[in-house]
Amino acid sequence: MEYALAVIVLLGVVALVVAAPLRPGAEAEAKEDARRAELEAAKEAKYREIRDAELDLRMGKLSEADHRVTDRELREQAITILRELDELAPEEQPAAR
Amino acid sequence: MAALSTVVVLAAALVWTSFSAATQASTPSQVRASADPERSYELTGKVVNGSVESGAEDLRFAVRDRDGTAAVPVVYSGVIPDPFREGREVIVEGRMRGGTFVAERDSLVTKCPSKFSKDNQASASR
Amino acid sequence: MAAVGSACLLVGLLAALYAVGSALYGARTGRRQWVVSSRRAMYALAGLTVGATAIIQAAYYRSDFSFALVAENSSTTTPLFYKLTALWSSQAGSLLLWVLLLSLFSSAVLFSTRRRHREIAPYATAVLAGLAAVFASLMLVYASPFEVLVNPPVEGSGLNPLLRHPAMMIHPTMLYSGYVGFSVPFAFAVGALITRRTGADWIRSTRRYTLIAWTFLGFGIMLGALWSYSELGWGGYWAWDPVENASLMPWLTGTAFLHSIMVQERRGMLKVWNASLIVATFVLALLGTFLVRSGILESIHAFGASTIGTPFLIFIGVVLAGSVALILSRLGDLRTEARLDSLLSREAFFLLNNLVLVGICFVIFWGTFFPLISEAVTGTRASVGPPWFNRYSTPLVLVLVLLSGVGPVIAWRRVTASSLRRAFLVPVAATAVTLVALLLFTSAAESTASLIMFCLVAFVISVVGQEFARGAAGRRTMTGEGRVAALFGLVARNRRRYGGYIVHVGIALLIVGVAGSSAFPEQRDVRLAPGQSMELEGYRLTYREATARILDDRSGTGAPITLGAIIDVEKDGERFQLSPSRNYFGSNAASAERPVAGFFEGEATSEVDLRWGLSHDLWSAVRPDLGVLDEAVRDADRRFAGAEFREAQGLVVAALAERYRRQAPPAQFRTLVSPLVAWIWIGGGVMLLGALTALWPTPDGRQRRVRSLYAARVGRELSRA
Repeated sequence: MEYALAVIVLLGVVALVVAAPLRPGAEAEAKEDARRAELEAAKEAKYREIRDAELDLRMGKLSEADHRVTDRELREQAITILRELDELAPEEQPAAR
Repeated sequence: MAALSTVVVLAAALVWTSFSAATQASTPSQVRASADPERSYELTGKVVNGSVESGAEDLRFAVRDRDGTAAVPVVYSGVIPDPFREGREVIVEGRMRGGTFVAERDSLVTKCPSKFSKDNQASASR
Repeated sequence: MAAVGSACLLVGLLAALYAVGSALYGARTGRRQWVVSSRRAMYALAGLTVGATAIIQAAYYRSDFSFALVAENSSTTTPLFYKLTALWSSQAGSLLLWVLLLSLFSSAVLFSTRRRHREIAPYATAVLAGLAAVFASLMLVYASPFEVLVNPPVEGSGLNPLLRHPAMMIHPTMLYSGYVGFSVPFAFAVGALITRRTGADWIRSTRRYTLIAWTFLGFGIMLGALWSYSELGWGGYWAWDPVENASLMPWLTGTAFLHSIMVQERRGMLKVWNASLIVATFVLALLGTFLVRSGILESIHAFGASTIGTPFLIFIGVVLAGSVALILSRLGDLRTEARLDSLLSREAFFLLNNLVLVGICFVIFWGTFFPLISEAVTGTRASVGPPWFNRYSTPLVLVLVLLSGVGPVIAWRRVTASSLRRAFLVPVAATAVTLVALLLFTSAAESTASLIMFCLVAFVISVVGQEFARGAAGRRTMTGEGRVAALFGLVARNRRRYGGYIVHVGIALLIVGVAGSSAFPEQRDVRLAPGQSMELEGYRLTYREATARILDDRSGTGAPITLGAIIDVEKDGERFQLSPSRNYFGSNAASAERPVAGFFEGEATSEVDLRWGLSHDLWSAVRPDLGVLDEAVRDADRRFAGAEFREAQGLVVAALAERYRRQAPPAQFRTLVSPLVAWIWIGGGVMLLGALTALWPTPDGRQRRVRSLYAARVGRELSRA
């Protein structure tokens, strides 16, 4: 008896929790936030890669020629990401960097 | 290519030597019936109640089949694991010398009763 | 209350199943609300599992013996710490722990990646929820923690005394966190394969969780070794026992994975290898969990034939087969983006490092499962022992240590003579100096393997030292900071890299400990009467007196009787004491006919006493000979046997303990001098420090991310106004 009651109550609570996003209207904003977060993360990762390559060059683990090639590739990729970020929100405040 | 062939050769050596370096697991009845005195065996079974004698230099006890009565006397020296007790399951390595199982030093492993299984078998201790 | 707990489990299972369904539906139809809903179902599962765990812990706290679990693993006399950590000493409890950790980890990961990996995340959610559902079903069908006893006993069975050690209580949670933790990168890998997004993105996000899992697992393994050394009576820390091996295998492949993903990130290579590695790591983690609960291998932990053995094995088989099929079907998307330019390059050395790690794992796997293999091949069960494991793993470990020194400094793509010189001149010189010093001033040459090990360790440490020094110097020229500030700044800005280097140093130190203590140990077993002495490695140990403690066990295990010895130790004028002892817990099976004899024949554990030292440990254990009490025990049994024995038992046993102390018969002593063994624990600590350094989040990135998100929101809202 206690068992059945507990099951019903708990099921109800869980149903409430999982049904919340299924109500109409919650969709639109999530999409853009997701894309922005994705791009921000990619940007950070790219910056880290550029810094890593620089450190490797300084420490002698990457030859000058290899670093030139790699650095150029990475910076091009970073620019692409920044361009996509800008396209997302044309009225973005300049303070957001 | 060189790396791959070295790996294969090493693996083959490993597999080959494991078969010759291994000790065979046996029960008391198996060891009593047909034990090669030159080979070492891993004896598993239960300690017979009332058979434990702890002397100054060594420990003597008898091991019987898990579900049977065929027993073998064992002479052991070295660390006696904490859970060692009559009626408990043990594993000990050694050779048969004229009807007695002479154990290798420190090779005694005792399983202690656990709550994990249906019939209360469990973890062993060195 | 138990009914509520059971209900939590059932509803939890339903939530997990729902999560699988809604995640897949959301992924297929592109309707994101269903994916969000599935994530929330995971949060709900976490909440339910926390609730269920809280109910059980409360029952332990109250010593509520109507819970079968509490009755079997605790007692009113069990110290509180062990009551609250007894949950995972049982099968049902450890399954619950698995689901708890899985749901918490999954919730954390899904929450932190909720705005990213929009294609992969739904499938990862489905995999994680599916795993949770399997474990929850195992619990509900085979081993429920909420089993109720109709007639609760007055007293519980108590916790197995061998487990009453702080390390033993933390060890399972650490291991499980490791095993469970690997399910996260596994789930994301599966998602990446299914959606054919096999670039390095999924790795980047889940690398952190892989490292966390790896750290937990490593720490858990360390604790197990520490417990074995300082608690069990044999003085060793690793026995190549099947369950020890089972925990080490996923750690090895996990280490390989952490290295090879660097190559995938940098050069887009080794994609198939990485996918296979993470699958192997996770399957090995499941296998590790399984081995502890099955009876298929004779082992220190193998808890006999258990009820969940077969279904679990089938589960592992399904996971393995499914993953392999998935990888094979996506081989086209896993094609490498670049080729190896040269065998003398960092990429090649990382691959070599991987091969060695997997090789060690294979050796351990083969040796561990050999009883089953030989039975299948030859019909008889045979097993291989520690000598075999040592013989094959030692050379591989030697190569691994060498690689851990070469890897960090060798150049990408291809080395040049000048880069080699720059990288290795100082370290090689340092190694040569070390070799000469060892040969001249120590007896290390007696063991070739150890000599080579020590030299390689010197190599690794000098390589890492050089990296730190050069990095800091470079930073100083750029920023003009002071030496110390530059060092901290260097590490802070490059935590992954320098954290990794610290881990390498830790491993090197650990190897020093292993090499020293396995090549040069000294051991003596003697029987001493009070006043008698023995000598070992310059130490003179004299058995001074016997001790008896009633309910006063120093290590807090709650043992009723502790019998021990005080040993006076003297070496080179230095004096100190060691006091090993033995705890006697009696047993609940002590019968009315033999209340006293039964007590002394009950559970007993050895309490080792040891003196740590950087150069060596002095370790001692005692086994009191209770023969002198035999007659008194028989006498007492005759007089006090009967229904009222419980009251008398305590007093009589205490009196006998006191008699033992006064009579002080000869006792059996084992003494060990283990050189350099402390470096194992020190090395482990350094590895942990390195891992934490690598894991520490960089504040810059986070702050910037948050600020820009807010700014974006402002921009969006303004545009709507």
